Amino acid sequence: MEVKQSQWKAWLYLAPTIILMIVFTFYPLVNTFITAFKENYNYFSGEYSGIGLGNFEILFVRSDVNPDMNFINIYLKNTALIAVVSVPISIALALIIAVALNSIPKFQKVLQTIFFLPYVTNTIAIGMVFAVMFDDKSGLVNTLVQMFGGDPIKWLGSDLGTAPYVNSLAVLLIYIVWDALPFKILLFLSSLQGIDKQYYQAAQIDGTSKLRTFGRITVPLLSPQIVYLMITSFIGAFKEYNSVISIFDNARPYGYQQNTMATIVWYIYDSLKRVDGGVGRAAAGAVVLFVIIMIITAIQSQVSKRFVHY
Amino acid sequence: MDIRLEKLTKVFQDKGDASQQVRAVDELDITIPSGKLIGLLGPSGCGKSTTLYMIAGLLKPTSGKIFFDDEDVTELPPEKRGIGLVFQNYALYPHMTVLQNILFPLQNLKVPKQEALERAQKVADLVDIGTLLNRKPKQLSGGQQQRVAIARALVKEPRVLLLDEPLSNLDARLRLQTREEIKRIQRETGITTIFVTHDQEEAMSISDEIVVMKTGLEQQKGAPQEVYNNPVNKFVAKFLGTPPINLFFGKVENKGLYIGDEKIGDSELENQDVIVGIRPEGFEVNDEGTGEFTIDIEQVEYIGRDKSIVGRNPYSENPTFRFIIDSDIKNVEPGKQIKATIKKNKCFVFDKITESRIQ
Repeated sequence: MEVKQSQWKAWLYLAPTIILMIVFTFYPLVNTFITAFKENYNYFSGEYSGIGLGNFEILFVRSDVNPDMNFINIYLKNTALIAVVSVPISIALALIIAVALNSIPKFQKVLQTIFFLPYVTNTIAIGMVFAVMFDDKSGLVNTLVQMFGGDPIKWLGSDLGTAPYVNSLAVLLIYIVWDALPFKILLFLSSLQGIDKQYYQAAQIDGTSKLRTFGRITVPLLSPQIVYLMITSFIGAFKEYNSVISIFDNARPYGYQQNTMATIVWYIYDSLKRVDGGVGRAAAGAVVLFVIIMIITAIQSQVSKRFVHY
Repeated sequence: MDIRLEKLTKVFQDKGDASQQVRAVDELDITIPSGKLIGLLGPSGCGKSTTLYMIAGLLKPTSGKIFFDDEDVTELPPEKRGIGLVFQNYALYPHMTVLQNILFPLQNLKVPKQEALERAQKVADLVDIGTLLNRKPKQLSGGQQQRVAIARALVKEPRVLLLDEPLSNLDARLRLQTREEIKRIQRETGITTIFVTHDQEEAMSISDEIVVMKTGLEQQKGAPQEVYNNPVNKFVAKFLGTPPINLFFGKVENKGLYIGDEKIGDSELENQDVIVGIRPEGFEVNDEGTGEFTIDIEQVEYIGRDKSIVGRNPYSENPTFRFIIDSDIKNVEPGKQIKATIKKNKCFVFDKITESRIQ
């Protein structure tokens, strides 16, 4: 009797969380999987033509937007490029900046604040600023390029013509790396300050060079944080969307590249906007994204076991 | 190699408030003879670790000089001094194996791989960890980690070996074992070794010489037994010895040394109030309980060969005091009052104000 009562109480206390999670996490999760297989699903009427792989077929084989753009050659390619390029670069940069910050006693707080600014600034707003900075006709970057005698570069594309894919991707990556730095710097900095100073004193007495100290002591001691950031950043990169929207999809005349820069999440949101069967296709995209992230995380957690030394 | 400290001083300044400063080490003049094992001894905050870190080069002295033989190393960075330092918590690199830890200093010196391996194996055998080379520090016991740290410090064949509280992280049994080990390693390598400790027993048992420090000042330096037998002041007398020395309020009157009204010895001093210190082994008690110094026995503990006795006397500085007598002596029981004779060479007289020893 007693056991039952205490169980009842336990469930009662857990109820608010459980109910919220069921409504906003578990139900949508399950529902997404189901929806992904409903062909020509109309979200408002609830009608669909049948259960099958139609949404996935559209995703992989023939795009409903543009026959040349399918999942693999646009969405997956862009997303994978973002992840593979931006994650290692941002982690390496953050590590170097954090170590540099940690070794200068003066101005540390001021510089820390400067590096931390992107974190507290609205992503969309920053993206728009980037769009203005990299504007083909009057942007800051091209003004600088011209100052040094170069020809204006087509970064984002304008009414003068479309920009090369690589240029637009470069802008996107710069933005993503810059936006990702503050959190990583902060994490590294706090971890660095947690490392026992005696390791460095011991290294100093043994005449270890700065570079060797960094490579043989600092990096291994930070390996748990590096792995953590690798995993979370990869997941984050696969969900990249804000940056694409804010740089390439804001008010004209910017953003001629929007479609070729599209990511997986971009596809999901874009599909949602389309009435006939869009929700089903969005769900299919979400399921594919889910599977990709799951596989990558599984691989990473296996690899990281070898990388984290202690 | 001799190490000579000349008026070595370290002042720590409070960052916010310039008037707040601590003289951690104050004009320290010490010569450490070559090939000896020296213990820097003192309570926490006495500046012993600061001194060690200045010798290592990790702390910059405020003033004064450090000489290795005739070479002034005061301005030399730590890596150029040729020292090996064993940290209090060992500071072994957790991600490297024992072998990698030991090899690390040699790799910095660009020692050829084969030679480095041989030297590492040799030094590992010396400290008796030759079979643990492939383990990570986490897989070792405290004592083994300690040895690895010593091996890492010794492998580059330093001119001086510095040990910062080498035994404080070990349990009591391991401590006994390790201190003998340190003594043996020092003797086998013949390397000048300085170690810091707050544990007087530790310092006395293994050091060739000890330096007793208090609030940044050197109090006394000498062979452990010599310092124990002839302390220069009350602080040194109190700091050395377990159980500690017993202190009594006494006086000198007409060439006699008194505690209360009881004359316990002679004195050449002028008439004055003094502090009398008597080592625990300085009390002689016979079976009849006769003598000149009255003790009310409170507690008797048998510790094998000896009896350790807690007694009271109205003139004791502490409420009770502890002394040791042979366990064969009879008629010593709690609640009894006995009389004891004070051994002359175990009894010291200190000035009441300056606390220096005057007899």
